[in-house]
Amino acid sequence: MAANPPPEGSDWTLRLFIAGQTPHSLQAVINLHRLRAERLDARYRLEVIDLYQQPYLAQGEQLVALPAVVRHVCGSVRMVIGDLSDADHVMAGLNLSPKKA
Amino acid sequence: MRLDKSSTGIQGLDEITGGGVPRGHPTLVCGGAGCGKTLLGMQFLAHGALAYGEPGVFLTFEETAADLAINMGSLGIDLDDLTARRLLLIDFVRTERSEIAQSGVYDLEGLFIRLGFSIESIGAKRVVLDSMEALLSGLPSEQIVRAELRRMFLWLRDKGMTAIITGESGNQAGQLTRQGLEEYVSDCVIVLDNRVKDMISARRLRVVKYRGSSHGANEYPFLIDEDGIKVLPVTSLGLQHEVSLERVSSGVAGLDAMLGGAGFFRGSSVLVSGAAGTGKSSLAAHFTAAACKRGERVLYFAFEESCSQITRNMASIGIDMAALVAQGMLRLHASRPTLTGLEMHLITILKEIDRFDPGSVVLDPLNSFVTADNEYEVKMMLLRLVDALKCRQITGYFTSLTEGGRPLEQTDVSVSSLIDTWLLVREVESGGERNRGLCILKSRGMSHSNQIREFTLTDHGIDLRATAIGTDGAMIGSAREEREAHTRVLRRGHEQDIERKHNELILRRAATEAQIAAIRAESLAQEAMVLGHVEPYAVSDGARHASGSDGLAASHNALPTDAADGSQSTP
Repeated sequence: MAANPPPEGSDWTLRLFIAGQTPHSLQAVINLHRLRAERLDARYRLEVIDLYQQPYLAQGEQLVALPAVVRHVCGSVRMVIGDLSDADHVMAGLNLSPKKA
Repeated sequence: MRLDKSSTGIQGLDEITGGGVPRGHPTLVCGGAGCGKTLLGMQFLAHGALAYGEPGVFLTFEETAADLAINMGSLGIDLDDLTARRLLLIDFVRTERSEIAQSGVYDLEGLFIRLGFSIESIGAKRVVLDSMEALLSGLPSEQIVRAELRRMFLWLRDKGMTAIITGESGNQAGQLTRQGLEEYVSDCVIVLDNRVKDMISARRLRVVKYRGSSHGANEYPFLIDEDGIKVLPVTSLGLQHEVSLERVSSGVAGLDAMLGGAGFFRGSSVLVSGAAGTGKSSLAAHFTAAACKRGERVLYFAFEESCSQITRNMASIGIDMAALVAQGMLRLHASRPTLTGLEMHLITILKEIDRFDPGSVVLDPLNSFVTADNEYEVKMMLLRLVDALKCRQITGYFTSLTEGGRPLEQTDVSVSSLIDTWLLVREVESGGERNRGLCILKSRGMSHSNQIREFTLTDHGIDLRATAIGTDGAMIGSAREEREAHTRVLRRGHEQDIERKHNELILRRAATEAQIAAIRAESLAQEAMVLGHVEPYAVSDGARHASGSDGLAASHNALPTDAADGSQSTP
């Protein structure tokens, strides 16, 4: 599925919303970076957004729980919340396929 | 320092709570589905916005802003207008469990940021979170959410927000909300309830807890109508109303006379009870017409007849209700008692009163509210109604149908203690006919007649007949008419008697006078005769001495005759 993504590009973007420099936030950033490096195709981009800096995004993105990583897939939204310590859950939750070894 | 309160704008609730919900504190409103939690929250925000210029944020977890706007629009709150004026901000928080996966520990900082941003963007003073259950079920790991909710309520308090948080009522006994939210929100808890009895639903509201403030602890009926939530007026449950000395006519002259000659007191409550067909409604119509005539508006609630039926029936006794309605003096309001619950009726009545501002209110009849076993509720409702009327100095005129076989001096709704003037119309059976009798069972604060007066319904209205007292007491119907006829005959005989005696007297006087005349004539004649004899002597003494022998002889003849006779007869 991820091998032939639609050309829009949003599909290749993982947006991570965090709330300042809390331990959970930092942990989520570290975990997501590690996951991308270890399991994802190089085309995936990571965007880390501190909601404290851009609080107006919360409503549009339907954010409640943080940290949260969001991926738009063909018009629908996948979201995984938490410090992303379980990589398998993140992969499944965002409907990501591992890169071909 | 007293606890500062925020008015909710919900009629009645502010009275129960002594001014509203605690300012700067969260209040929990819980209840089952369809209880009006969302509406209560929205009314709270709309009132704050419109009456105090306090903007509010409505955070909804269940309905979209568009749905809310439609739903509230039908209840009289224009959300689009409030939103456009930046007095209201609705944020639909969508938490779809199926779209959210969890990986590791999270918190609800996103919600805090989101709410904080909304609050700041319009300068909100009031916040509503509706409902917590939807949030709890929309996110994985309930433990985290619970801990975060506690933090949320503290955070709202720190921000000085007056907040209403809604929650679904719990299934277990002793638990107000399904998720035990009452543990977190401990300042003020309001429970809404919607229960169905005899197929009629009744909504109730109760303030379970209000820290730092006294509050009405009872269950108060409330309703949701086109203007939103209304809790029954409770301030009127006191007995402090002023009373009037002014009297108002009952519309029947004879009845006014029975009531100390002047009628009812203004602002008093009048009950007319009686069996079917005794003329209760007709009496009410007379009262209505009299009130309209003296320039007082009347609100007439009919619970058994339609408006046109009443108009037609009252026209038959000469009362033109249609004209009074057309003049704007009278408003007829007909509805079946079973249409809604008692509370709804009461609030409808009170709302109509506020709208029409009448001087008198007629309810005809009261006891149609009574169904199987709700006498107590009916009594409570009437108590509230009577108090509400008295506070407004409105004369209340109620009728009550007494079932056949029931004691007459008992009303079905046992309201007699609330009533100031109680009239009883009854069928009196005697001599093979039924007649209507009216009596006053009680009338507080005035002298009143103790008689049972017969009344008849004529095509020009109610006619209260004069009492006829016979040897067996007051008489009615044919007995009275016979008595009246008898009295007439007696009176005529008596009159004839007097005339005859009068004539006799005249005759006798004439005869007497004739006799007197005859006697006088006779005595005059004798006098004349005697004087005729005396005359010759009286002419001159000389003549008597000169030729006295003849005269002397004559006088000797005349006078001594008796002596001679006497001497002759003397032995």
